[in-house]
Amino acid sequence: MPETPTLDTKEMLINVGPSHPAMHGIIRIVARLDGEVIRGAEVEIGYLHRGFEKMSETVSYNGVMPYTDRLNYVSPLINNVGYCLAVEKLIGLTAPERCQYIRVIMSEISRITDHLTCVGASAMELGAFTVFLYMIKAREYLWEMVEAVTGARLTVSYCRIGGVKGDLPAGFEAQCRKALTETRAVLKEVDKLLSRNRIFVDRMKETGRISGEEAIAWGITGPFLRGSGVAYDVRKANPYLVYDRLEFEIPVGRHGDNLDRYYVRMAEMEQSMRIVEQALAKIPGGPVLVEPESGKPVDLEKMTPPAKPESLPVMPAAVMVDKGKRGRIHEIRDRLAQVDPTLGGYDAATERQVAAGEKRVSLPPKEDTYGNIEGLMNHFKLVMFGHGVRPPQGEAYFPVEGANGELGFYVVSDGSENPYRVRVRPPCFTIMGALPKLLIGDMMADLVPTFGSVNMIGGELDR
Amino acid sequence: MNPASLCKTLADRFPQGVLGTHTFRGDATVTVRPEAMLEIARVLRDDPEFRMNFLMDLTAVDYLAFGKKPATGAFSNTGVAVRPPAEIGGKEAWPGRATGDRFEVVIHFFSLPLKHRLRIKVPVGGESPAVPSLTALWLAADWFEREVWDMYGIRFANHPNLKRLLMYDGFMGHPLRKDYPVNKRQPLVGPVN
Repeated sequence: MPETPTLDTKEMLINVGPSHPAMHGIIRIVARLDGEVIRGAEVEIGYLHRGFEKMSETVSYNGVMPYTDRLNYVSPLINNVGYCLAVEKLIGLTAPERCQYIRVIMSEISRITDHLTCVGASAMELGAFTVFLYMIKAREYLWEMVEAVTGARLTVSYCRIGGVKGDLPAGFEAQCRKALTETRAVLKEVDKLLSRNRIFVDRMKETGRISGEEAIAWGITGPFLRGSGVAYDVRKANPYLVYDRLEFEIPVGRHGDNLDRYYVRMAEMEQSMRIVEQALAKIPGGPVLVEPESGKPVDLEKMTPPAKPESLPVMPAAVMVDKGKRGRIHEIRDRLAQVDPTLGGYDAATERQVAAGEKRVSLPPKEDTYGNIEGLMNHFKLVMFGHGVRPPQGEAYFPVEGANGELGFYVVSDGSENPYRVRVRPPCFTIMGALPKLLIGDMMADLVPTFGSVNMIGGELDR
Repeated sequence: MNPASLCKTLADRFPQGVLGTHTFRGDATVTVRPEAMLEIARVLRDDPEFRMNFLMDLTAVDYLAFGKKPATGAFSNTGVAVRPPAEIGGKEAWPGRATGDRFEVVIHFFSLPLKHRLRIKVPVGGESPAVPSLTALWLAADWFEREVWDMYGIRFANHPNLKRLLMYDGFMGHPLRKDYPVNKRQPLVGPVN
């Protein structure tokens, strides 16, 4: 009988990415393979580093807003809100109540779009292309809402320090409820397609496992941590905005594998929709401004300038600015400005609803900017080079629940008009740090679903 | 524990190690000596009073240019200086920094069981600034410390793999230092394999 030849085996190094479709073009994983089993992995990031933190030090406080859009570009509104809340904490300012509800609604819509993208993309990477198309369709309904409110789909720059850029457009509530109904229908379809799909479940189950204690040691937060059974959510642990007045649950998984993280994300979208619906029902209509200390509504009759009657004639802001430039003040006096909420600036009635009413932070209404010298100077003092919002010296850290976990902004001010330091705690950074641990012991093919469930967003990871 | 009692408990426990405490805007902040940092971090994690199981964030701030910006905004073409609007005064003023060292390593802790947060600041200066590494206590410290080394050039003693994270090998300098010009260019490098 001939002797069986002994076949040598040795470990192999394989490069995954950066130009690999599953790595989103910006991650490189050097994996050490023994057959098909991953024995070691090294993750290399930084391909999308744009110097966000350095750039933030060179612009004004409101000028950082467009940069924050580009951190987590799948849910830019949450970044806007987080940054604004950090600066407002540093200043010691509270946004009006209506504005807080608007921020909650927009954050939750963004969270749904983020989860839709994450689940859709990772299902597509496992071959379920239909799901991806369905999810993108649902995301489209929500992005149309975002577009109607902010005027942009991706680079929204919607929040301002002390408020938001403009009020919700007319008929928003009905449109939003309709969009949520459509999204629910899509989620139901996707649930039927995926949750009991043999191929999908087999590939997700028991891959990329991590226990709750380990996840905490790695600093992992968000749906990833909740998939491991730890019910930590910033919205419940340290409630901000009006989350303590809204009812919602924290879905948690049990096994800490990819499948549980998928279930957690699906359940969270339903909770986010609940939050949006409650906020839509509870949002105070009409002019609302609260006293930062007492939390009581301000008496509008005592405010200067007094609330203008609704019967005054309306004039487009563009016409108003032309007349103002030619000195025809008599023609624009006692007119209400008409400003598209998706463009910059607001009229007097909107200003009282969405801005903090602090002259050193919020822009004046357009009637004042074009109609009198005090308003013009106030505007000038906030937007011209070398001027702007100037928080006192100090530092503040504010965590919000981003779509991937705790998104924290740490802002240091030296009393000048530029932030001295803006630090972002990106939620997927810590998960990416733990990625080698998640991969080791799994098969090479499991790398794709595990990486998909991390929901790596290059913008916030590399900054 | 509320922010004030967190600061007090820690300051009473480590009278030598703690340089100063404050609760500006409700954030409990404790400045500690680099030598005492590791011991304090271990107590924060393991002591039933603190139970800080999350290392939420670890970063640094370079205070080289702090407060040195001219207090007036000047138009470069005319030289006319305009006084900017007054600072927005808060109810409480920031007590300032505990030391004059150039850098501060800033660590944010969170306790999930007790739901409290704490900021630890470690002042560090000198030619080659270095602080102890927290990688032995929290795995999350690994990448955070690599990023701080990359961006600020602060070394972490006993870190297992202290190399650049966001920038590439061969990058000169540490970009988030205040003396690194924002528009500085560096030569392109090819892929390293």
